[in-house]
Amino acid sequence: MAVAFDEMTGTDGTIRPAYAELSRWLGQVEPNVLDYRRREAELVFRRIGITFAVHSDVEAQERLIPFDVLPRILAAAEWDIVRLGLEQRVRAINLFIKDIYGRRDILRAGLVPEDLIFQNPVFRPEMNGQRVPYDIYVHIAGIDIVRVDETTFYVLEDNARTPSGVSYMLENREIMLRLFPELFSRHRIAPVENYPEELLATLRSVAPAGGSAAPTVVLLTPGIYNSVYYEHSFLADKLGIELVEGSDLFVKDGGVFMRTTEGPQRVDVIYRRIDDDFLDPLAFRDDSALGVPGLMSAYQAGHVTLANAVGTGIADDKAIYSYMPQIVDFYLKETPILKNVPTWRCREPEHLAYVLDHLDELVVKEVHGSGGYGMLIGPKATTAQLAAFRAKLKTHPTNFIAQPTLALSTCPTCVDEGVAPRHVDLRPFVLTGRDRIRIVPGGLTRVALESGSLVVNSSQGGGTKDTWVLDG
Amino acid sequence: MLSRTANNLFWLSRYVERAEYLARIIEATQRLTTLPLAYVGSTNEWESVVATAGCADAFFKTYSEANESNVVDFLALSPDNPSSIRNCFEIARTNARAVRTALTVEMWDAINGTWLELKRYGNSPTTGEGAVRFLRWVQESSLRYDGSASRTMLRNDAYWFSRVGVYIERADNTARILDVKYHVLLPEHERVGGPLDYFQWASILRSVSALNSYRWVYRDSLKPWLIADFLILNTRLPRSLAACYENLVQHLDQIAQDYGRQGPAQRQARRIGTRLQNSSMEDIFQGGLHEFIGEMLGDNNRLGATVTEQYLM
Repeated sequence: MAVAFDEMTGTDGTIRPAYAELSRWLGQVEPNVLDYRRREAELVFRRIGITFAVHSDVEAQERLIPFDVLPRILAAAEWDIVRLGLEQRVRAINLFIKDIYGRRDILRAGLVPEDLIFQNPVFRPEMNGQRVPYDIYVHIAGIDIVRVDETTFYVLEDNARTPSGVSYMLENREIMLRLFPELFSRHRIAPVENYPEELLATLRSVAPAGGSAAPTVVLLTPGIYNSVYYEHSFLADKLGIELVEGSDLFVKDGGVFMRTTEGPQRVDVIYRRIDDDFLDPLAFRDDSALGVPGLMSAYQAGHVTLANAVGTGIADDKAIYSYMPQIVDFYLKETPILKNVPTWRCREPEHLAYVLDHLDELVVKEVHGSGGYGMLIGPKATTAQLAAFRAKLKTHPTNFIAQPTLALSTCPTCVDEGVAPRHVDLRPFVLTGRDRIRIVPGGLTRVALESGSLVVNSSQGGGTKDTWVLDG
Repeated sequence: MLSRTANNLFWLSRYVERAEYLARIIEATQRLTTLPLAYVGSTNEWESVVATAGCADAFFKTYSEANESNVVDFLALSPDNPSSIRNCFEIARTNARAVRTALTVEMWDAINGTWLELKRYGNSPTTGEGAVRFLRWVQESSLRYDGSASRTMLRNDAYWFSRVGVYIERADNTARILDVKYHVLLPEHERVGGPLDYFQWASILRSVSALNSYRWVYRDSLKPWLIADFLILNTRLPRSLAACYENLVQHLDQIAQDYGRQGPAQRQARRIGTRLQNSSMEDIFQGGLHEFIGEMLGDNNRLGATVTEQYLM
């Protein structure tokens, strides 16, 4: 694997301009100051209760995601590449989903194999021929991006269902402002605090036509046992909307209502943080106690807007991912600004053969997996792990894709030994409303805290950083 | 607001109030039981604590004897007692998480901070110095929550529902103390009791934090008649039944005004409030103190049910 590009020192050790101030500051600051602030940050997080639950971890039911106090910094010009790339990508994703549940031009053109759509468990036949307001399916997208050099950004994953993490983006900034006012005064940093404002504007803009002039928006959560419940309540609070559970809503005369102390109140837009499967026991999984019976029929009748729409999973599938360059080209007639990681689809025999031959160089992922589970990192795997995966690949090739191990960029990070480079990725959030696409500059930077590790997922010991986009 | 949110706020306040109440009755009883038996009488005070806490059935399922260590264990930190102080705080925090958006940062800090500290206490120590500190801490935590609620919440339905929870719980707690201890307050005791009952009376007042204020209000030695008056009818004592109902009527009316609609909860609260206003201790003793308290407990429970039916589901 090539030497990783460091966002502060590049490849030759020269401090890059965006990091000039930070580097100077690091040279002046007493080492124990960083350590002290780091502990202070943890205390604040614990107090506020920004915790998340790890499914398999009964011991620590509520854990903190480690927070790194050194910011990740992007220059304005770098951010422009990312921003334009994101807009392009999300426009293409929305057109793709509309097409899949509509005319299916792309299938007729033979660009995406039909069975990858129709036999995909996240494909929702209920959505066939179903129009959604303003043809927007993915109102909120979280696109995972990695960087390998000065100008090249890859999309690692498109999260088009219920992406989370934006609360960390917002809280990380608040904490940084509290802990390092002197560092902020040395920079001009684009704000992220207007994200809730932009999100609310986006959600309101997609209310069913002909409804109330001031549409009622609610956030639907699976409840306090959900691993990211904190984020749900945080966002509802910032947006000033009710945080509802399935049992708070009911469907009557085709409309959706919430139970309030003053009687039923009509709901126009539901920002749902519940998976399709659990939305409506009458339409999907009938054992779901989290959803609202009849919600799907109210939705299909156009009486309520769901954000994101039902069936968007078809666009964040890892097998579909490999077709994204063709998808961008097909709908927009544009060259993708953000690159796709070259991907071998193990469902195709030649690809599978290649993957089996080069298993120790590749990263193998489950098509429907997330959170870094069920993944093989070839170069780091033991012989036994490789053998086990080889067997899995041969039995269920369609479940897997493989990608080369990218040399993810690194950023200076506070670790026990001091400040050291650690690999990072970036999840910006893209909001698509009736009027326009909104992206607040920045996103959630995740960092692999172990030396050399490429796994940034919070469920696997990754941490987060504040992300600064410099202004001009 | 969402009915579920209002319901959570209502119970959140109730559980915090209940935790404090449990701490106070344990503390008052610990004091009482340090006295030589001759001063207290031969009753088992720890058994009456279990009764006052309303969990005698659950208690005797686990223990055969009510002594200090058993009772304090059960009421303070036992995970098996659904309304131990520990569980009160646990449930309060679960409710708080579910309605975070309706809480101010200060309230969340208070309840979450309490919950985090609770972990430090583990399953011990519930006797000796550790217990004293623990019980103080419980009361301080409750004060902190209550104080942050009244100092930081917007005066809207969220606030009123949480207050309604406080006062229904508080009325229930005061009525329970009276229900278990009514016999030492009966007039005939004044004659037969004499100095022996002084400590029982002081203990009752202490369990509603009213020993000092009693003297300021009545400027008299402790008399069961006056103690009963203080706890039942005197609106100047914040934990008296009359004061609780003054507040309940007021807060329920604020809700009704805000929503533009009166309902059964308002009428019921007003009826109980009026009854307390128009009663005198003579009437109450004549009709039977125990019967009166029993009716109050029942009425108070029914009001809780009516509020739930009208607003919280």
